[in-house]
Amino acid sequence: MSTLFDNRRPVWAERPSLPARAAKNTVLAAIAAAVVFPIYVVVLTSLSPASAVNGAGGLVVVPQGISFQAYADLFGGGVVTRAVLVSLGVTAVGTLVSLTATVLAAYGLSRPGSLWHRPLLFTILLTFLFAPGMIPLYLLVSEVGLIDSYWSLILPTAVNAFNLVVMRAFFMNLPGEIADSARVDGASEWTILTRLVLPMSKGVTAVVGLFYAVGYWNAFFNAILYINDNAKWPLQLVLRQYVQQGQQLSSSSVVGDAVQGTASAPNLAIQMAIVVVALVPVTVVYPLVQKHFTKGVIIGAVKG
Amino acid sequence: MNTAVTERSRGAARPSGGSPPERGRRPPRRRGPSLGARLRRDWQLLLMALPAIGLLAVFHYVPTLGNVIAFQEYNPWDGILGSPWVGLTQFERLLTDPRFWNAVGNTLVIASVQLVFFFPVPIALAILLDSVLSRRMRLVLQSIVYMPHFFSWVLVVTLFQQILGGAGLVSQMLRQNGYAPLEIMTDPDAFLLVVTSQMIWKDAGWGTIIFLAALAAIDQNLYESAAVDGAGRWRRLWHITLPGLRPVIVLLLILKLGDILNVGFEQFFLQRDAFGSGVSEVLDTFIYHQSLVTGNFGAGAVAGLLKGVVGLVLILAANKLAHMMGENGIYRRA
Repeated sequence: MSTLFDNRRPVWAERPSLPARAAKNTVLAAIAAAVVFPIYVVVLTSLSPASAVNGAGGLVVVPQGISFQAYADLFGGGVVTRAVLVSLGVTAVGTLVSLTATVLAAYGLSRPGSLWHRPLLFTILLTFLFAPGMIPLYLLVSEVGLIDSYWSLILPTAVNAFNLVVMRAFFMNLPGEIADSARVDGASEWTILTRLVLPMSKGVTAVVGLFYAVGYWNAFFNAILYINDNAKWPLQLVLRQYVQQGQQLSSSSVVGDAVQGTASAPNLAIQMAIVVVALVPVTVVYPLVQKHFTKGVIIGAVKG
Repeated sequence: MNTAVTERSRGAARPSGGSPPERGRRPPRRRGPSLGARLRRDWQLLLMALPAIGLLAVFHYVPTLGNVIAFQEYNPWDGILGSPWVGLTQFERLLTDPRFWNAVGNTLVIASVQLVFFFPVPIALAILLDSVLSRRMRLVLQSIVYMPHFFSWVLVVTLFQQILGGAGLVSQMLRQNGYAPLEIMTDPDAFLLVVTSQMIWKDAGWGTIIFLAALAAIDQNLYESAAVDGAGRWRRLWHITLPGLRPVIVLLLILKLGDILNVGFEQFFLQRDAFGSGVSEVLDTFIYHQSLVTGNFGAGAVAGLLKGVVGLVLILAANKLAHMMGENGIYRRA
């Protein structure tokens, strides 16, 4: 362990004492464990056979066999299957809408001296300063007939001014000469954006896309406000209902009809499987984008 | 200034010779081409900005106007146009409602606790992470501590319940060994402790990003000279590291002050029943419950309007403060 920490110490820095190093490594290990351990327990319990869950009297800490029964139950076509599809759909469409609107506006407002770009940018920046308020927004959404429509989960939060400003700052820092010469050669702005600017902006696009996607996947309160029909619930609401609030899972509602009558996984394993389903997409996509975070956040913080 | 230069103002506004572009330098004011010519030149750019501007107009600016219902006896059947105007009656009613002041008090208490107990954690964690010498180890640790930021509040609250709740892992082990189970997830006295721990678990790691960048920007020679002059580890931390972080700390602190009424929402909404509204009702949950559960739209709208106006004043004041201290704030553009 200590060799991992000790490479590349500058010559002038004194080597810490053994207790100091031990203390530091313990603290770091404890921090990592505090994040990883709950996730580990949840994943393990969701994959444990009924005997292990019953034997442990609850959550399983030590692996005792493996069973995918809980996942088979969940994806048998019941409430959870539907909620996953809703969440995936809203996330995919929402991210596409958000990213398109954000990239277009960020590029459209990124050329110094273009017509009206200052007042337009100002109307975007102004949204940082105040929120419309929950009730007026709710009334608007219901006025335009979006209650119980999936679009209510997308349109009100589709454009995030912070993301837009981050992208615009990035576009403005790109070398402008290539775009200028393309323009002289008669290329349309659309061509310049898609052929020149976007290929140079993969990192920032990925980060902003991830921010939007995670926002849609995790969206909870929007759905509380705007979705009354529980057949249209996204996954986060199902997670709250059946796991956080612990409402009993009746086998007919959560588990699909297909698996009725067959052996079903213990309640707790199914609950933990719902948690895992909510968790997995985030943890899968996140490492792919992680290396770009610092750039995105710093541009936002410094140039915003 | 001729038209050719204006048409390529992007290139013109920049120092030539391939030096890095200087962002935000205002192009010189000039009597340029006519509006028609500029429209012909820039219509594609304007068209591109349209969808985002349209969405913000419909879902930000229009509902902002809807705040006029604070001055009405609003009811959903008559709508904004049909509901009677009642002046400041709703304000009077709200300001004499003890539940509103309870929500205000809780919001301020939670914000103060966040400021004192959450705010320093990312700084300490960043210094700790930065002191890890192995680059690979540091990246692994960073990946781990950033991750919970991307979990939803439902997920975070659920994980806390599963580990620390009355039916959670720790209680399960206590019970099996003959002890009483934990009750902190439902004990109003433990509320601040629990919600602060949740915030730290979720966002302290993510909060380190900006401090890590600031740490990386500190001149390493300063450390070397200090070490040569005999300054030990702690003196270097005190005299070099912390002063190096000072601008970022001051800026984030000021911005946090401007944002003090936004303590977060879902976290409290989700745990309102478990801890009771006495300790967990914040302004946003008050607004939600008044309007959409109780049907008292007036109280919710007034509370929302007051929150928005006070929040706006706070942000403007915080930015003023930031500018006075030589920082950038959020809206001073270069």
